[in-house]
Amino acid sequence: MLQGWIILLVALAYLCLLFAIAYYGDKRADAGRSLIGNPYIYALSIAVYCTSWTFYGSVGRAASSGIDFLPIYLGPTLVFVLWAFVLRKIIRISKAQRITSIADFISSRYGKSARLSVLVTVIAVVGIMPYISLQLKAVSTSFNVLLQYPEVVMPPRSVQVPVVGDTAFLVAMVMAIFAILFGTRHIDASEHHEGMVAAIAFESIVKLLAFLAVGIFVTFGIYGGFADLFAAAAARPALAQLFTVGAGGGYGQWVTLMLLSMAAIICLPRQFQVAVVENVDERHLRKAVWLFPLYLLVINIFVLPIALGGLMHFPGGGVDADTFVLTVPMAEKQEALALFAFIGGLSAATGMVIVAAIALSTMISNDLMMPILLRIRWLGLTERGDLSTLLLTIRRGAIVMILMLGYLYFRFIGESAALVTIGLVSFAAAAQFAPAMLGGIFWKGGNRAGAMTGLALGFAMWIYTLLLPSFARSGWLPESFIHFGPFGLAMLKPYELFGLHGMDSLSHSLFWSMTLNIGGYILGSLMSRQNAMERIQGALFVDVFTHSGAQGGSQFWRGSATVADLRALLARFIGAGPADRGLADYARVRGINLGKLHDADAALVSFVERLLAGAIGGASARVMVASVAKGEVLGLEEVMKILDETSQVIEYSHRLEQKSHELEGTTAALRAANERLKELDRLKDDFISTVSHELRTPLTSIRSFSEILIDNPALDIEQRKRFLAIIVKESDRLTRLINEILDLAKMGAGRMEWQVDDIDPRAVVDDALAATSGLFAERPIRLEVQIDERLPDVRVDRDRLMQVIVNLLSNAVKFCDRDAGVVKVAAESRGGRFYLAVIDNGPGVAPRDRHRIFEKFQESAGASGERPRGTGLGLAISRQIVDHFGGRIWVEDAAGGGAAFCFSLPFSGALASGPGAPQGHEAV
Amino acid sequence: MVRGADRGMERPRRMHERLLAAFLFALLALNPPILSIFSARLFIFGIPLLYLYLFGVWAAMIAGLAWLSDLEPRRDGER
Repeated sequence: MLQGWIILLVALAYLCLLFAIAYYGDKRADAGRSLIGNPYIYALSIAVYCTSWTFYGSVGRAASSGIDFLPIYLGPTLVFVLWAFVLRKIIRISKAQRITSIADFISSRYGKSARLSVLVTVIAVVGIMPYISLQLKAVSTSFNVLLQYPEVVMPPRSVQVPVVGDTAFLVAMVMAIFAILFGTRHIDASEHHEGMVAAIAFESIVKLLAFLAVGIFVTFGIYGGFADLFAAAAARPALAQLFTVGAGGGYGQWVTLMLLSMAAIICLPRQFQVAVVENVDERHLRKAVWLFPLYLLVINIFVLPIALGGLMHFPGGGVDADTFVLTVPMAEKQEALALFAFIGGLSAATGMVIVAAIALSTMISNDLMMPILLRIRWLGLTERGDLSTLLLTIRRGAIVMILMLGYLYFRFIGESAALVTIGLVSFAAAAQFAPAMLGGIFWKGGNRAGAMTGLALGFAMWIYTLLLPSFARSGWLPESFIHFGPFGLAMLKPYELFGLHGMDSLSHSLFWSMTLNIGGYILGSLMSRQNAMERIQGALFVDVFTHSGAQGGSQFWRGSATVADLRALLARFIGAGPADRGLADYARVRGINLGKLHDADAALVSFVERLLAGAIGGASARVMVASVAKGEVLGLEEVMKILDETSQVIEYSHRLEQKSHELEGTTAALRAANERLKELDRLKDDFISTVSHELRTPLTSIRSFSEILIDNPALDIEQRKRFLAIIVKESDRLTRLINEILDLAKMGAGRMEWQVDDIDPRAVVDDALAATSGLFAERPIRLEVQIDERLPDVRVDRDRLMQVIVNLLSNAVKFCDRDAGVVKVAAESRGGRFYLAVIDNGPGVAPRDRHRIFEKFQESAGASGERPRGTGLGLAISRQIVDHFGGRIWVEDAAGGGAAFCFSLPFSGALASGPGAPQGHEAV
Repeated sequence: MVRGADRGMERPRRMHERLLAAFLFALLALNPPILSIFSARLFIFGIPLLYLYLFGVWAAMIAGLAWLSDLEPRRDGER
């Protein structure tokens, strides 16, 4: 027989055991031998995710809608797959910023805004209310059911019994006491609750074992294994439908539940508490990210079997499916197992309530009460003495208030609903934090206005589409509110807002609240400006992996607070002992002697701010430190201005540097130009002396032969003829020389008169060959001509082009092999240009001469070293001409060993085209 | 050694990419429309197909997660 006092005794003994574990955990932590410094405890503490919802509610859910209890556990697994992107980043940020709660996290991200932290806290407290009520309901129901053993009857509803005699009320009171004992014995600067974490981990083991025990009993004790159980269920049409998705809300709800649970695993205050705030070592994450999902999988294996077993055991429907975990063993007269199941359920509920109460009370004291109290001047808190007692009192009061709110919700609203349905309302509230959190760690542009707007709109939508209807269904609002909308406005029906119908109420609420939340966040962020603090915090959050070294946000203090002031400030919030220890640690790490130091430097001030942030939250810590360093805080705007000025100076010096680079460039160009001028001057001198020399040679011979003729009238006619011929020839040469010099001078000075026209290059080549035919006739030279049939016109001065070709031809005649001379002329279209080559089989041009040969008076000295045979200006003129028409002239080795003089000219149609000469042969 | 340094930098990034791929795959496998393929009244070894499928994918996910983030030998100095 299970007497009431036995159940009570076992329950109380169990709670005392928990407390002993927590006490031992704290002792070990104080001694520096942490109990929780391993990934297994960490993973088990995250399993606080599994509450009465999982323990009792999942079975109830599975009994009514089949497999769709499962997305609630698949979602967290999916999020944990992304641990390296999301969870690790949040943990890293929280450690750097000494974050104590989710409200602290969000408000710190958006410029340590106190208003935002108040809003987040309010949403969290109101949103978690149903969740706590569901734990109270589960514990009181299970207790009352067990009390009836061996009868299986449902307990009377709470509303019918007075509050004092209500089991749920007593449960709430006991839990409040335990939460206070666990979480608010002292204020810890680091806000770690090692003892609590150890107790939670232990509870996770107990609830898992209890649930597995019931599951194994149902599956293998009552039935002959999974196949047997499923076969028995499949025989009943009502149960067979639970094996497919369609039974519950269908696929729409499946996706909704998945999304909600993905958000919840990060955004629920208690999950944030255990996974982020209580994380002692980031490396534990590696193992925990698969251990925790494994825990979820194991605890869910028997949900459907227990649900099916229960349904087959109690076919009448008189037994609430939420109690199957308890009632099936009871009906089978397994009293020990039933008691174990009750303890497992108690574990699941107390774990959640304790962590949630601690997380919420921390938020209420740090992020709601302190910012408000500190701003009320007449309280004079900023000047008061020891505040740690005040903090503890606030937290204890908050815990009692949270549990009372949960109880009220249970008693007046939630009692008739299924456990999972109640819990999902809370999930939908917690999901409202997701845009501000995820946006905050990945998008620097997200700002306070956006976060405020999004959270406020999303929360309002949640209230309107989920919370108010639940009030209406419990009779606290008129029923017509749901069916006809407020004041009969059908467009505003809470389950079909703006005419959106066809969705279940949860998906409907999630759609509207998330649409407005995300929309408000993005639009608000885009439409407003960030202040300096938001920009700094935004960068620190988003780039936390690159800023790993930097700690905390506000290192912008002017060093004028005294060390004594800071010590006093710390002592007021965390007690004198921890304050001294913290400062001593700081001094040791930095290697400074704080005793000798009077004024604190900026680093010490921000160290104190971070230490305080651990106890009272970022926004409050900032106010407190500012009160000590009164009037000496460097305004952030000022800091940004300094930064701006600095960047302007950097910009200016950068420009100066550029200028000086430009100046250097100009100087170099000038120097080069000067060198070139000097060179040209020297060339001019050379040119004049060469020209005078070249002119003097024929003049001398003309003059000397003329004198011979005058002085010797008796010369015979043959002699005279010979001498006169020489005189005529030298005069010709002189004339030619002078003409060429004049041409060169004109071209050089740009005064040449060009008769430009479109002409057929074939005709010019033919004419040039005709003009030089005499030269070829004088010597035994074979001429090979190869000209393309059709060549486009070139736009040149016809006579000048002919001059170039004649020049090249006469050169070839002069230099080709004396006895078996061969001259080839090739004209063709190559690379879109007119190309002409005159190739001889003479000695060729040495590579070092190929450039020089186009200079004035630079004739190639033949291999034999004999005297040059031309004026030395022909190639120079040819180059001038070809250059003028946009062409190029060069010399290369001919295939047979001679020289190949080539030039190319653009065709008329393509004057502006690129260079046509083969690149490797460029001579200039 | 340059090679060693490269591997050290390479490893976490590869792990991240693999995790991302695993996430996308699981997201696809655990949601409609893929889910609806397995939502049939079929029994395999007496176990409902959907039940078997969901727990199978889930277990595979956890195994993959364990291998990618914890069990794969690592020498990088990732903090």
